[in-house]
Amino acid sequence: MAGQSLLGRLADPSQFNDAIDLRNTATELLLNHVRDIMMIRYAEEAVADLSISGEARCPCHLGIGQEAVAVGVSSALRATDRVYGGHRSHSHYLALGGSIDAMMAEILGKATGASKGMGGSMHLFQPDVGFHGSVPIVGATIPIAAGAALACKMDGKGDVAVGYFGDGACEEGVFHETLNMATVMKLPVLFVVENNLYSSHLDIGLRQPTDSVARFAQAASVTTEIVDGNDVLAVSAAAEKLISASRRGEGPGFLEAVTFRWRGHVGPNEDIDVGVRRSPEELAAWKGRDPLRRLVDALVADRGVTRDQIDTIAQDIRTRITAAVEAARQAPYPEASALFDLVYAQGNAA
Amino acid sequence: MTRMQYCEAILAGFEYVMANDDKCLTIGQGLWSPWYVGRSMDGLDKKFGVERVIDTPVSEQATTGIAVGAALNGYRPIVIHPRMDFMILATDQIVNQAAKWHHMLGGGRSPSMVVRGIVNRGGEQGAQHSQALHSWYAHIPGLRVVMPATPSDARDLLIAAVQSPDPVLYIDDRWLYEWEDDVAPACDLDLSRIGPQILREGTDITIGAASFSVKLALDCAELLQKEGISCEVVDARVLNPFDPALIRKSTLKTGRFLAVDGGWANCGFAGEMIASVVEAVHPSAMRSAPARITLPAAPAPTSKPLEAAYYPTVDTIAETVRRMVAG
Repeated sequence: MAGQSLLGRLADPSQFNDAIDLRNTATELLLNHVRDIMMIRYAEEAVADLSISGEARCPCHLGIGQEAVAVGVSSALRATDRVYGGHRSHSHYLALGGSIDAMMAEILGKATGASKGMGGSMHLFQPDVGFHGSVPIVGATIPIAAGAALACKMDGKGDVAVGYFGDGACEEGVFHETLNMATVMKLPVLFVVENNLYSSHLDIGLRQPTDSVARFAQAASVTTEIVDGNDVLAVSAAAEKLISASRRGEGPGFLEAVTFRWRGHVGPNEDIDVGVRRSPEELAAWKGRDPLRRLVDALVADRGVTRDQIDTIAQDIRTRITAAVEAARQAPYPEASALFDLVYAQGNAA
Repeated sequence: MTRMQYCEAILAGFEYVMANDDKCLTIGQGLWSPWYVGRSMDGLDKKFGVERVIDTPVSEQATTGIAVGAALNGYRPIVIHPRMDFMILATDQIVNQAAKWHHMLGGGRSPSMVVRGIVNRGGEQGAQHSQALHSWYAHIPGLRVVMPATPSDARDLLIAAVQSPDPVLYIDDRWLYEWEDDVAPACDLDLSRIGPQILREGTDITIGAASFSVKLALDCAELLQKEGISCEVVDARVLNPFDPALIRKSTLKTGRFLAVDGGWANCGFAGEMIASVVEAVHPSAMRSAPARITLPAAPAPTSKPLEAAYYPTVDTIAETVRRMVAG
């Protein structure tokens, strides 16, 4: 790392490897977190397989290793909140309860997909669970989430908007513009940055003078929390705190969740052969901070949950995912007319 | 009928949509200091409140993105870019986001919003305070682009744009703000049913244009009438999606087509009009080769004599028409 570390232990993969602190959280809720994390991880493993086999051709950006961020944030949300994502948003969508069938169909470009087969992996959409869209132009949904928050504010029902993005998006100008405007306009929006220390192949030390991005939000007078993004309960506690303040009319919040992706920027590979820092050793070290294992270990140690119970949950989820992939394979492609029918909401494309 | 200047007609459009739809809001730079927008938004903040008439920092991209987000969540924002040159900074939100969300997310939501870009040139303002970039934006499927030429359209295309379920770029030109005309009472309008119109009938040549170029074409037609040359003037109004039927039909009648445009020639709207004509009108029906008058391929200058040479005038258009008709 070329720059100075503000994150300290949070950026040191030898730290925070133990079972997480369960903080009086109900066992059933914790088991739901296990299910959600497993759903994301195993779904993305299945997507990786589909990419390797060539069945999935659209760019697929996997967030394996980062699951606890979305699961933690989503536990602080309600269905009428408005969540926006980016290129790596399978987790954001699934953690809200987005349909696994619709996601797999979307990735295969099928008419039964979340965006009717018009978007692929990078364009997911299921507003009835609160997932209002994702796009791969880096940082583009940051102001869109703020605009959704403006709508929430004008609606006056206490809803909030959430914008997920990565540390790389913090290098876009629109990020800074939006932080400033969100404060000035007192918008009920939570900015969630999954700081996985990499933007594509380039580590944060080669891109920024320090490794923490919360300083940008502080400069715009946005309330910030910096947490271990691989501790689902640390994430949910921080998100809850920031979102409650937004619901009360106190303006935006900013959550920096430190995490690490186990796969490369895009596709199924680990990408240990690209960039100047990412190595097998670094990846192995970060796998020691596995958000799933740390949660399961805590449940086994403190709540008497058995490994067999956990295995049963895992098996059920894998079965659902396999069924979703099979259904997506069988599903039809969009009609040819969809190419033009959807260009405009009204009238045709002339 | 009410006598109204173009800029007053824009204001009348805002008042109509804001009064008739409480989900309509407007956001952009200078809205609490209306000199930015040439009297076209006077008093809106006082009439409708600063919650719905929002002045912003100099952050074109975030402002436009916030409007996209509000539009995707049930509001009808009108984003104001007091100068189109600065709107370039918001192009990701206009081109990559607003224009594409409906299609790429399977039609589940459409950002029903208006982006207003003002062409504000002349007066020795120079290269970055003068551009008319409609051709860029009209290239994009999913983004409706309208350019009112007349006072009636200044109001009515704004109303139609706001009421459209699609994102619409509304481009007005400050050189038209003092044009005064009779305007009928306002009503709800369906943009998908609005297309080019003939503003002056003629028999010798068809002049296709949009926005301020229409005014030039009409003035030119008036001038040439005295010389016995009869010009038909077609106002394009909606540049995207562009319906070429009327300029084709008109050219079949006159046998000559001249495109006049306030943008540059290469890959521009003038060329698009000509292509639309020649694709459908057989050469045997043409009495002369089509022609176009555009800006010269240079940035806008500041110095007075250079500026005078830069912009097409009634005289430069008339000269071309005379040559085409004589030829």
